[in-house]
Amino acid sequence: MAYLDSSADIQQADIGADVSDYFALLKPRVMSLVVFTALVGMLLAPNGLHPFVGLLAILSIAIGGGAAGALNMYFDADIDAIMSRTKNRPIPAGRIKKNQVLGFGLFLTGFSVPILGLATNFMAAGLLALTIFYYVVIYTIWLKRITPQNIVIGGAAGAFPVMIGWVAVTGSVSIEALVLFSIVFLWTPPHFWALALYKKGDYEAAKIPMLPNVAGENATILQIIVYSVLLAIVGVLPVVFGFAGYFYGAVASVLGLTMIVLAIRLRGVEQKQMRQRARKLFTFSLSYLFVIFLVLLLETLVLRMTGAA
Amino acid sequence: MSDPQKTPEEMPKDTPQAHDQQVLSEEYKKRQRRRSAAIAIGLVGLVASFYILTMVKLGPELFSRAL
Repeated sequence: MAYLDSSADIQQADIGADVSDYFALLKPRVMSLVVFTALVGMLLAPNGLHPFVGLLAILSIAIGGGAAGALNMYFDADIDAIMSRTKNRPIPAGRIKKNQVLGFGLFLTGFSVPILGLATNFMAAGLLALTIFYYVVIYTIWLKRITPQNIVIGGAAGAFPVMIGWVAVTGSVSIEALVLFSIVFLWTPPHFWALALYKKGDYEAAKIPMLPNVAGENATILQIIVYSVLLAIVGVLPVVFGFAGYFYGAVASVLGLTMIVLAIRLRGVEQKQMRQRARKLFTFSLSYLFVIFLVLLLETLVLRMTGAA
Repeated sequence: MSDPQKTPEEMPKDTPQAHDQQVLSEEYKKRQRRRSAAIAIGLVGLVASFYILTMVKLGPELFSRAL
């Protein structure tokens, strides 16, 4: 028969964490983006990997990304408890103890990085370790609570997986990998600032210096427009550098222009309408990244199969 | 700390030890079993992964060595 060690444990653990709570620590939605972008990077890279090695590499990158998510929840437990979007996460909801989360995150990091190195190469593994370090230490612990540019600098963490996917296959960082990295990097600020515009109250309550709370809504909208323009330009760079065709170029141009229009439409309207439009931009930005990467991938695969690339 | 020699029924009810040793609920045990199953699946997956990866990476070379 099993026992809990003390009444304090009973209070906190109550009926114990379920497997689904551990899965929630991995931030499955962020993980799906990590898996998707890493897969795109991997499939776009020349040559390719043995299917099993590719599968193991994707799994390692996914688990590494999940480990970073768990460590983020460990360090952010206090602010997660305040925000409506995060208060049902396993730690603030009291379903799992903080120290268990720390152990879980470190354990997954300790496994995912060496396995990626053994399966592919140690440059990819080094980049995965750097991603976890960047997200947990640079973004979560350091920048998130002190600068309104947190999302811009922290955005690099989300942009690394596509590069890791590429490096896992080729063993080196090339211009194509950097372009793919730049697309996700420049996509992050308008995506999260759109969220911050309509969830402003949440971030204010948690005392996180998001741009709308610190610099105001107009300054945020201006920066969203600037980053949307930069994103639209970088979005067509794969055509310029010759690793995407004109079909991709057309789709990326249309989507990039739509993003700019949605960003400009945030200006000069009343609060309520601006929030609705910010939500629309947030949703569109999700589709933007998914569609341009999917088109880039499908076009490359079709061109390869037909022997045109 | 608890005395492993005694069952909860044998423990005096009014001591701190008795208070600390509470029998776990069915839901707790069910979750514990699910966690254990997930760990088992993870371990088996890890072993299988290392085995297959070795075969894929080294292939027939694995057996090309001096005996």
